[in-house]
Amino acid sequence: MDLLNINKLCTIAEDDHDKKILQGLDLVIKPGEIHVIMGPNGSGKSTLANTIFASPRYIVTGGSIKLCGEDITNLSTDQIAKKGVFMSFQTPEEIPGISLAQFLKTTKHSITGEKPNLYKFTTEVEKTMTELNMKYEYVNREFNVGFSGGEKKKNEILQMLLLNPKLAILDETDSGLDVDAIKIVSRGINMYKNDDNAVLIITHNTKILENLKVDRVHVLVDGKIVKSGDSSLAREIEDNGYSKYIK
Amino acid sequence: MQKTDINKYVDNEVRNIYDEAVINTTLDKKFGLTREIIEELSKEKEEPSWVLDIRLKALEQFYKMEDPDWGPDISYLNIDNIATYVKPVDNEVRRWEDVPEDIRSVFDKLGIPESEKKALAGSGAQFDSEIVYHNLTEDLKKQGVIYTSFDEGIRKYPELVKKYFTKAVPIYDHKYIALHYALFSGGSFVYIPKGAKLDRPLQSYFRLNAPGAGQFEHTLIIVDEGAELQFIEGCSAPGYNELNLHAGCVELFVEKNAYLRFSTIENWSKNMLNLNTKKCYVSEGGKIEWIMGSFGSKVSMLYPLSVLNGEGAKCDFLNISFAGKGQNLDTGIKVIHNAPRTSTVVNAKSISKDGGICTFRSNVHVKKKAKKAKLALSCESLMLDSISRSDTIPVNTIESDDVVFSHEAKIGKISEQAIYYLMTRGMSEEEAKSLIVRGFAEPIAKAFPVEYAVEMNRLIDLELEGTIG
Ligand SMILES: Nc1ncnc2c1ncn2[C@@H]1O[C@H](COP(=O)(O)OP(=O)(O)OP(=O)(O)O)[C@@H](O)[C@H]1O
Ligand SMILES: [Mg+2]
Repeated sequence: MDLLNINKLCTIAEDDHDKKILQGLDLVIKPGEIHVIMGPNGSGKSTLANTIFASPRYIVTGGSIKLCGEDITNLSTDQIAKKGVFMSFQTPEEIPGISLAQFLKTTKHSITGEKPNLYKFTTEVEKTMTELNMKYEYVNREFNVGFSGGEKKKNEILQMLLLNPKLAILDETDSGLDVDAIKIVSRGINMYKNDDNAVLIITHNTKILENLKVDRVHVLVDGKIVKSGDSSLAREIEDNGYSKYIK
Repeated sequence: MQKTDINKYVDNEVRNIYDEAVINTTLDKKFGLTREIIEELSKEKEEPSWVLDIRLKALEQFYKMEDPDWGPDISYLNIDNIATYVKPVDNEVRRWEDVPEDIRSVFDKLGIPESEKKALAGSGAQFDSEIVYHNLTEDLKKQGVIYTSFDEGIRKYPELVKKYFTKAVPIYDHKYIALHYALFSGGSFVYIPKGAKLDRPLQSYFRLNAPGAGQFEHTLIIVDEGAELQFIEGCSAPGYNELNLHAGCVELFVEKNAYLRFSTIENWSKNMLNLNTKKCYVSEGGKIEWIMGSFGSKVSMLYPLSVLNGEGAKCDFLNISFAGKGQNLDTGIKVIHNAPRTSTVVNAKSISKDGGICTFRSNVHVKKKAKKAKLALSCESLMLDSISRSDTIPVNTIESDDVVFSHEAKIGKISEQAIYYLMTRGMSEEEAKSLIVRGFAEPIAKAFPVEYAVEMNRLIDLELEGTIG
């Protein structure tokens, strides 16, 4: 069965109903796959990620989104998260007054529906942070407050690893990361990846793909997938740009 | 709108005092405000004549004075409809076992005896108009620490009480303080002798249980030279349809190099009119810390005043208010810098939702002689929807030319994007809002003792329950 099946998805912006963003987008991801979406700025990549997550900023005007065969188009954001979808944000939020440790416990509790065993969970957090080259002391800091851009992105990957979703959508997680950090993030992706889950990577660079086994690359232009191919498509785009896909 | 709403309460002639009441029918209860009532009250308390004189003078003042000309409308308050004195027990006791069962169960549910055992050096409990329980560890008694009900303070330490009583808050201060002095009953009297440092807090808990009643407790605290005290005040009441009135008074004296942290968690029910008055005099090198959490009441008007009277005196003020549907919380701080090198730090936060109104007034007066005074004020408000309101109103009078002064005000709506982000992490909209609000309140919450910080988070969750849909 498809892990994700998006069929003819159309969206408009909540605050501007004339603004058509996604315009009949199709996408199928099977368990165990890594997909990549590339596309010019403003083509609708973040909108796709946020529409999957039922963001209040977008209205679905047509089509459907299925996760493991179940139609999730009309579910609320938190229900979708509990079904096993995760997104690493292009710009993660700051939550003043809430420590990273408290945040991680709360989200783990929300997703699994049960309070995590404190000792086990703390050990897991510490181990994962070490693997991502994050300072463990950061658990006592306010969530994302004063974190550098790269630290915020790593924090997203940390959550992905702790929550262990079925589908992880990474929206430009590599943007603004130094070369070493990009390597750490792709290591994180490999740690997470198995035959039952899937990753959807939105990116402008091929650097992050170097150590990953990419199954499909899609080019998104004007709210539609205009071309799909294997990993060589990513390099082709990096060399030649999008001009030949823009009408 | 609001007015007709409240008229319903006032016109409600049938006082169903048995409803939810844990009090029996033999309750001694007085209504309204007359000279006779006050004389009777004073007689019952076996007060000396100087106390009765204060009451009668205050009564006269009350009728002469006008309602405050700022803040929320309270003209619907009719004192004749308020049960001005409700006597729950004949005697105050020293052991919880001796508190009547029905009253004790209320305090048990509030966790008061338990927290006393765990974390307090002494504890007092008021039920309606009278203190029902008061206790202090033997060790502190031996050190000369006094912690009694205010009535007992008058009886046992008349000279000391007389010296300070009405000296911070005079009876003609405003209309509702006059009312307070006419009817005051209950409250605590605390004296910490020179150099005594209490490592655990004292706590007085005020419960207003009778519907349509008023509570007028008087708290007088003197922290003598070099002494240190943390005092906690908790207040709550069950919800009724009738208007309840709280016009308490707190008088604090922080002597030379002394320290007082005065914490209040106020969770009055939403039918409460809370017109409380608090003042503190701080001498040379002394420090007052106000920590306030205001959650309940229909209308609150509360602006603690600190008078920094000696060189180097300090005032720290932390406040959090949470106004929900139908609530108008008008709070603030007043501070008078009356000596050199005095300093004030204010950190006030407010949260409003479902049309609730939070107003924070800061009224700062730096006198000419307050050279090198320092003041840093920060007010931050969070509105959870677009029908709620939040205001900060600063009034600064600065006569000294050698002052470091900063004022920062931030008013904002809760971020939709932050709520969405948390929902992608599996939290419901309610849980997401609650987490954001907790974080917002955290800098204040962590200044409270642990149990109260927990209580505060519980109150936030409670307030946010049913916000959605
Ligand atoms: N809430 C909104 N209201 C109006 N227009 C919007 C809204 N959100 C997105 N858009 C528009 O929709 C288009 C797609 O935006 P989106 O953020 O999905 O682009 P993107 O492909 O992620 O771009 P980038 O590579 O720059 O991140 C843009 O033209 C953007 O301006
Ligand atoms: Mg984007």
